[in-house]
Amino acid sequence: MTTNRREFLKIAGVSTLSLIAPAIVCPAWAKEKIIPVSNFPEALSPSKALTAKRWAMAIDASKCPADCVDCIAACHATHNVPNFGNPKDEVKWIWKEKFAAAFPNESHSYLGKSLQQLQLPVLCNQCANPPCVRVCPTKATFQRQDGIVMMDYHRCIGCRLCMAACPYGARSMNYRDPRPFIARINPDYPTRTKGVVEKCNFCQERLAKGLGPACVLACKEKALVFGDMENPQSEIRLLLEKRFNLLRRASLGTKPQIYYIV
Amino acid sequence: MKKHQWGMIALGLVIFIIVVTFPFWYGKGKTSPPPQLSLDTPAIAQLKEKRCVEDTSFMRESHMKFLGTWRDGAIREGKRLHTARDGRVFEVSLSGTCLKCHSNKEQFCDRCHNYLGAKPSCFSCHNIPGEAKK
Repeated sequence: MTTNRREFLKIAGVSTLSLIAPAIVCPAWAKEKIIPVSNFPEALSPSKALTAKRWAMAIDASKCPADCVDCIAACHATHNVPNFGNPKDEVKWIWKEKFAAAFPNESHSYLGKSLQQLQLPVLCNQCANPPCVRVCPTKATFQRQDGIVMMDYHRCIGCRLCMAACPYGARSMNYRDPRPFIARINPDYPTRTKGVVEKCNFCQERLAKGLGPACVLACKEKALVFGDMENPQSEIRLLLEKRFNLLRRASLGTKPQIYYIV
Repeated sequence: MKKHQWGMIALGLVIFIIVVTFPFWYGKGKTSPPPQLSLDTPAIAQLKEKRCVEDTSFMRESHMKFLGTWRDGAIREGKRLHTARDGRVFEVSLSGTCLKCHSNKEQFCDRCHNYLGAKPSCFSCHNIPGEAKK
């Protein structure tokens, strides 16, 4: 059989079309079998869940009694935070810091004794522009629509880039299996495992159930106020309008969402 | 010096073949019976219709993918309720929903995972109800 130029072009054209056709027409049999899970309707969110456009917290540190650790104890018990008993391995979600350490830029020698001796509760700042999210190579740390900077521990590979990126030291690595070091495991919240980083999650699991953050509820002095920064009528907005407040290391541009009334 | 030590080469080959084929002739004729999974728990006994979140065959085949979608949906999209195809609604929770019925993890999850050599790492973080009472 001899093929002339015309015949050859015809065959080439038909072959190309037959290759492209399934991609355009896409018959049912050509599709990969889809797991039925993805066909389910959107799950309804429970009506009682607490929602906001921008969660934030105000801390009136002047109300904090010197040796009170109620917020820390409540948070760490709720979230199964281990206590390794040495500062090198320490895992912390909320802890206390001196004013000079929390606010290095605002601190100087003649600040006054009361401020210098003040022990502020500090936690993840839930930054609006979070450096930890930007550096995470697996997107294990991500920012939710409501501003909460959250961790997906399933995805964390323990690279600790987020720890290097966080200017507030709000992230801790589990260098060892944390389970034996948890005094009493709260069955309603998972533990972590060796090799993952952890931090405060603004009690997102409690918000979903309609409960406020554990630290806020534990504070007898009502020093911690939690609310929606985008709602001008919220308790936190009204409070911050009345009182002078500071952000930790605001010059870095991370836009922290923990406001300190001093 | 001899050019080829054929004897040593042959011996080496024989040892190699014996080692490589060891699992085949050692296990020949032996059968390992598939595990009997126990559904005998108080929560399942109370169910009128013995039905998991989805069909048994689907759960058996794809529970790992299914749990993966639960995990990603709950954490990354905040979907904490799952509506099954028959309309029932479940809380998306491994410890709270799955293990509430399958409270016998050793006789249910572990038996099959051990048989297949699967090592899911779910429970290195997620709590097993009852075991957490420390």
